[in-house]
Amino acid sequence: MMTRIAGYALALAALLTVPYWMPGVYYVNVSSQILFYAIFALGLNVLVGYAGLVSLGHAGLFGIAAYAAGYMLQIGFGHSAAVIVAITVGLAATAVYAVLSLRATGIGFIMITLALGEIIWGLAYRWISVTNGDNGITLHGRPAPFGIDVDSADAFYYMTLIIFLVALAIAAVFVRSPLGAALMGTRDQPRRMNALGYHVWAIRFWACMFSGLLTAISGILFVYYTQFISPQTLALTSSAEVLLMVISGGAGTLLGPVVGAALVVVVKSVVSGFIERWNMLLGAIFVAIVILMPEGLVPGNARLWRLFWRKVVAPPARAAGRKVESEAKP
Amino acid sequence: MSALTVKGLCKAFGGLQVTSDVNLDVQPGERRLIIGPNGAGKTTLFNLITGELTPDAGSIALFTRDITHVPSRRRPHLGMARTYQIITLFPHDTIIHNVSLALLGLSPMRWNPLIDMRRLAHLTEHGRAALDRVGLGHLADRPLAQTSYGERRRVEIAMALAQSPKVLLLDEPFAGLSIDERRDVHQLLLGIPRDVTMVMIEHNMDVALEFAERITLLHFGEVIVEGTRAEVVADPRTREVYLGH
Repeated sequence: MMTRIAGYALALAALLTVPYWMPGVYYVNVSSQILFYAIFALGLNVLVGYAGLVSLGHAGLFGIAAYAAGYMLQIGFGHSAAVIVAITVGLAATAVYAVLSLRATGIGFIMITLALGEIIWGLAYRWISVTNGDNGITLHGRPAPFGIDVDSADAFYYMTLIIFLVALAIAAVFVRSPLGAALMGTRDQPRRMNALGYHVWAIRFWACMFSGLLTAISGILFVYYTQFISPQTLALTSSAEVLLMVISGGAGTLLGPVVGAALVVVVKSVVSGFIERWNMLLGAIFVAIVILMPEGLVPGNARLWRLFWRKVVAPPARAAGRKVESEAKP
Repeated sequence: MSALTVKGLCKAFGGLQVTSDVNLDVQPGERRLIIGPNGAGKTTLFNLITGELTPDAGSIALFTRDITHVPSRRRPHLGMARTYQIITLFPHDTIIHNVSLALLGLSPMRWNPLIDMRRLAHLTEHGRAALDRVGLGHLADRPLAQTSYGERRRVEIAMALAQSPKVLLLDEPFAGLSIDERRDVHQLLLGIPRDVTMVMIEHNMDVALEFAERITLLHFGEVIVEGTRAEVVADPRTREVYLGH
């Protein structure tokens, strides 16, 4: 317990001081990317990990919020209006998305979300009067929340960090809540949950909405970070990428999506500077994860750590523990 | 007033009539046994009564209330609970969490996304009380994955009992149990107070016959015989379809 708290404190301290120990502005920007992709992955993990519903269309929801913010700014609205409209549009789109895709579970759910993602991509590509087609929308300037300018890499990083920590805290509260427990119940035994008096569809719907909220927030951070949005962002490969973040880090764990986001972003932006075939490297890493730790990096490493602890650090304590347990049996 | 009334219930899967014109009238506090060979439509009848399947025709009433068109997820709130023939529990969680989920299902707190579930002390307390009733109180914190089949059967019953049902539907509660475990479950069922009406499907005749006051014999989706234990056992049609010649 103490080591765990110490670990969290150390991680928090490291996050808070990133601009001071990172070797350059570029790496601070990479850290910002990791954080907003982590929010995206946290959002998808609500469905994939806790609801057992695999979505392959989340880049569409991410993109809708990003486009809504970009479009509002382009036609002359201020940043607060753009952000509020973007979140509203993102949630409305999620509601439609949920009503359509929750008709099915399993493979059916994957296929409907895939199709919806492709439709949204098609809209972004073809609805040129709003989205400017393949040329995308370019933003001019970032917002200044509470009068604080976030144009610099450091300031943007801190804004993203605060939003990320809030998102992580909300996700942590949700997972321990009765609704979170009910959601995991619908993942494991939907039929039994129904027979126990739960409204399975409504629980899944609210999980989609929560997922959509986190996704919309990360989409807005993305568009402010890159100051550009084009249909490429909504493509199926983006949906697959964030799904890989969730699965490689550990679906159904709080920190798994964060670790997965860090892995993918680091390989994509940092390692790609040294290795031309970084795609192949990422593929090889995923294959290695699937073979060695199919449950994902976070639970996998936790398992290895427990094994190490039991076998190497404290084997006698384990034997004593087992004895007590067998005595307790009737 | 009956606790459970089923009138003219029909259900067909394609051309196969699995329930045809079934009538049941279970009095409050009664112990009713439903028997019949494999494929007689016993579990289908339960699925119709709990609303997991929609009947083609007929009506179902719980006490005075017609529940034919009440969604299945509302029926536990009206006092109906069931157990499953195939164990249907939450494998990643502890025993107490399984029972807590049963209690939470009837509480408005189930929609709360902001409080810590472990803070809901009444869930844990009532959950432990339900586990004590089935003799599993000492195993409450054990992960379900580390329990035996017989213990899981009792968790099934504890979850149903935790919801304080007025009508309890038990789908083969003795299936797959050893003789000792069967005796334990039997004692447990005998100990359930009379304010709970129980309908049980069971193949295991020696225990089931002792439990039942009235018996309904189903065959090919139809009620063949219904009556007291002695009447049904003595009836030649029972011997013909079920007990052997």
